[in-house]
Amino acid sequence: MNKPIIRVFAVLLVLFGLLAYFTTRWTVVDRAQLQDNPQNKRQLLAQQKIARGSISAASGTVLARSVKRPDGTYARRYPTDSLFSQTVGFSFLNPGTAGLERFYNGQLIGRTAGLEQTLRKLQGKRAQGNDLHTSLDPQAQQVALDQLAGRAGAVVALDPRSGRVKVMASVPGYDPNVLRSAKATAQLNSAPGAPLLNRNTAGLYPPGSTFKVVAATAAIDSGLYQPDSVVDGSNGVVISGVPLNNDGGEDFGDVDLTTALTQSVNTVWAQVGERVGKRRMNRYMERFGFGSPVPVDLPAAERLASGDYCTVNGSRKLVNATASCVDIGRVAIGQDKLLTTPLQMAMVASAVANRGVLMRPAIGTRTVDPEGRTAYENTPKQFSRVMSADTADKLTAMMTRVVQEGTGTAAALEGIDVAGKTGTAERDVANNITQPWFIAFAPAADPQVAIAVTIEKTVGGFGGTEAAPIAKAVMESLLR
Amino acid sequence: MSARNRELLGLIPASLLIVAGFGAVFLQEQTRLDDLSLTYGAIFLGLCLVAHVIVRLRLPDADPYLLPIVAVLASIGLVVIYRLNETLARDQAQWFVVGLIAFAATIILLRDYRVLERYRYLIAAASLFLLLLPRVPGIGQQANGAYLGIGLGPVTFQPAEFAKIGIIIFLASYLRDTRALLVSRKRFGITLPRLKHIGPLLLVWGLAMLMLVFIRDLGSSLMFFGGFLAMLYVATDRFIFPAVGFGLFAFGAWFFASTVGHVGDRVSAWQHPFDPKLYEQIGGSYQIAQSLFAQADGGVWGQGFGQALVSVGDSPILPAAQTDLIYAVIVNELGLIGGIALLLIYVLMVERGFRIAILARDSFSKLLATGLTTVVALQVFVIVGGVTKVIPLTGVTLPFVSYGGSSIVANFVIVALLLLISDRARREARR
Repeated sequence: MNKPIIRVFAVLLVLFGLLAYFTTRWTVVDRAQLQDNPQNKRQLLAQQKIARGSISAASGTVLARSVKRPDGTYARRYPTDSLFSQTVGFSFLNPGTAGLERFYNGQLIGRTAGLEQTLRKLQGKRAQGNDLHTSLDPQAQQVALDQLAGRAGAVVALDPRSGRVKVMASVPGYDPNVLRSAKATAQLNSAPGAPLLNRNTAGLYPPGSTFKVVAATAAIDSGLYQPDSVVDGSNGVVISGVPLNNDGGEDFGDVDLTTALTQSVNTVWAQVGERVGKRRMNRYMERFGFGSPVPVDLPAAERLASGDYCTVNGSRKLVNATASCVDIGRVAIGQDKLLTTPLQMAMVASAVANRGVLMRPAIGTRTVDPEGRTAYENTPKQFSRVMSADTADKLTAMMTRVVQEGTGTAAALEGIDVAGKTGTAERDVANNITQPWFIAFAPAADPQVAIAVTIEKTVGGFGGTEAAPIAKAVMESLLR
Repeated sequence: MSARNRELLGLIPASLLIVAGFGAVFLQEQTRLDDLSLTYGAIFLGLCLVAHVIVRLRLPDADPYLLPIVAVLASIGLVVIYRLNETLARDQAQWFVVGLIAFAATIILLRDYRVLERYRYLIAAASLFLLLLPRVPGIGQQANGAYLGIGLGPVTFQPAEFAKIGIIIFLASYLRDTRALLVSRKRFGITLPRLKHIGPLLLVWGLAMLMLVFIRDLGSSLMFFGGFLAMLYVATDRFIFPAVGFGLFAFGAWFFASTVGHVGDRVSAWQHPFDPKLYEQIGGSYQIAQSLFAQADGGVWGQGFGQALVSVGDSPILPAAQTDLIYAVIVNELGLIGGIALLLIYVLMVERGFRIAILARDSFSKLLATGLTTVVALQVFVIVGGVTKVIPLTGVTLPFVSYGGSSIVANFVIVALLLLISDRARREARR
């Protein structure tokens, strides 16, 4: 009888081996997959037990903080309500996380300081995350929201010298405090105007004439043109086989580039675009940041790439400016398949303002641990050198003219030179629906702020009349 | 060194495990090292010494490793349950004492365990009665669709834990008598026993099926029937018996899974744990999905004692963490390493059980030791297999580790029986 006993033991050993194998499978082989399963709320739940760090504006105003609940978990509160809705984002168990809350989650829960946290626990202190400091300016943000006055659109302003973001307003917004309830979250998800969308980084719009700054950069920095180069600005110049009209069908005759920018002459810039060519234009676009998700400290899911979107096999796809589907003449005036995010256009203004050096936009400046030490420093970083300082100076002079005597006079500030460029993208020609734009920086001689403003839809509104006054008010607030 | 001295030396590290375990949990929860863990360790060692003295007096030749192995398992269980819920841990400690009393009583009262053979039909009938008790209206209790517990006043009690011992005693005795008859008749070159002899065995199969339908628990049914097949195989040494038996069981399980709603639900939750519909459904796949998530968080080394996320506020995340899912908690906190270590402890225990079966001289003892050991091993397989998605999850306890009074007491009786068999076998072997 002993042989069968040993065999039974052997069978049981195989069964135990199976148990060990499956335990290995869940703990090692399929581990990442299980942890990323959307039904797995363990990480989020565990984080409810941590006093999440606060998020504050440059002035020290608290934008997000944690409050302890009776059951020992922590809940998020947003004292400034809807002021920085999409930018700060939210962190709740049910809808999850978004915005800065998501991007800096590891810092905010203090995950990075493993040993420190253990030591804190040993000392009987509660688990606490790091505080996030930002460069956001609540006053200017409020001005931007007041100026948009409920119209769907976006305002983003940053310091061109460092890339620090001061204003990032997207309308419609939301009050993150209401996201605590699942019902309110569902309502927001299906609300008209997509309030959860951060239009500054994830809204793609035709940039209109503001893109002429990119075309001008390519034209002058490549040495093909100078600000005083003369081009035929007649109405109806044929571009890619189709005649192109100036705004209002105006005939400018032969004009220099400065005048062409000041008066936003389409036919001049389309011809310049054709001479610059696809390859050169593509190179400058890439230096400005086109073609890859807009670089800023927000989650990847909330950042889109600006550039030419061609429809390939029925689906819209980002392509290089060198692609055959691109009409480079019309791209140069911000038409054709070109779509951009407002932050990308602010980066264009910023690169010119900072004498050709584009700084990487950043909202978070540093994180501070519970002991008051800096845990992480987000030092300003150069994104690229887009153009020579000389080219930037020339463009600054041209853009200053736009505000002094051209299409952007509504942005003029008393006693301060503003450099800017208007844009008016046609959304629906039949119904005269337009999307006004304005990009600018000030003071022109020593730029401290660069800005992009857009309003999604107006009836017959122009960049100079609708967007420029908003830029003016926000810049005034920031320069005060 | 004598067997008893080896046992004594083995009990000391088991008690140190309690000290270390409680120390770790205290450190985690109260952020200080508390000498209370030393007190607990001392009490535990004291209880183990009581058991040791009883064995030393009554069964001087019994296997020296079984008791220390049980002590290690019990200390792991106590620490993990304490970490989950202090009140439950106190209960469990009391049940541990009751278990030791049952252990002592079994050893003292059953000087010669072979008297059990005399009462085999009585034992079988009593076991059947116990098994069906949870279906009696008024005292029967349903949990997750299975009828496993009964409520007697404040105490809930799982009769199946005791019924399994009775049925194994009956089978060991019955198979001892009929094993020769079962293999004596050959027709067409294969072993084909008379219906008269095979009849009672078919009855056991029917019983297992009945359990599936009445108690609605695939796990316990698998455990009982597996134990029976192992004993049948050891008794006859004919592979055909367990093969046919397993086929019949598989057929029955398939039949009931596709016809009985509750069994079918368990199977589909097992096959598709992340299906959103099953996940949301009450009694659906939430539990097994959470078990896998908890294990994934453990990784190779685990998150450490007291670190597993079991509940947030008052809402539990891991349902039945102290019973069904205790293995998931252990893997979460002690990692793959801890899980495998625990499995190895069970392998050691099972190895001791089969060694006792091999050393035993008479067929009854051999069959009894085989049956008891196999049932314990299969119980581990059924619950750990359920928690790790090897088989559908059913509610049996992890022997000596899970929270549960009936389980602790019944398993102590099993260990006492194994020690009784071992003592006789080793004494006879020495002679």
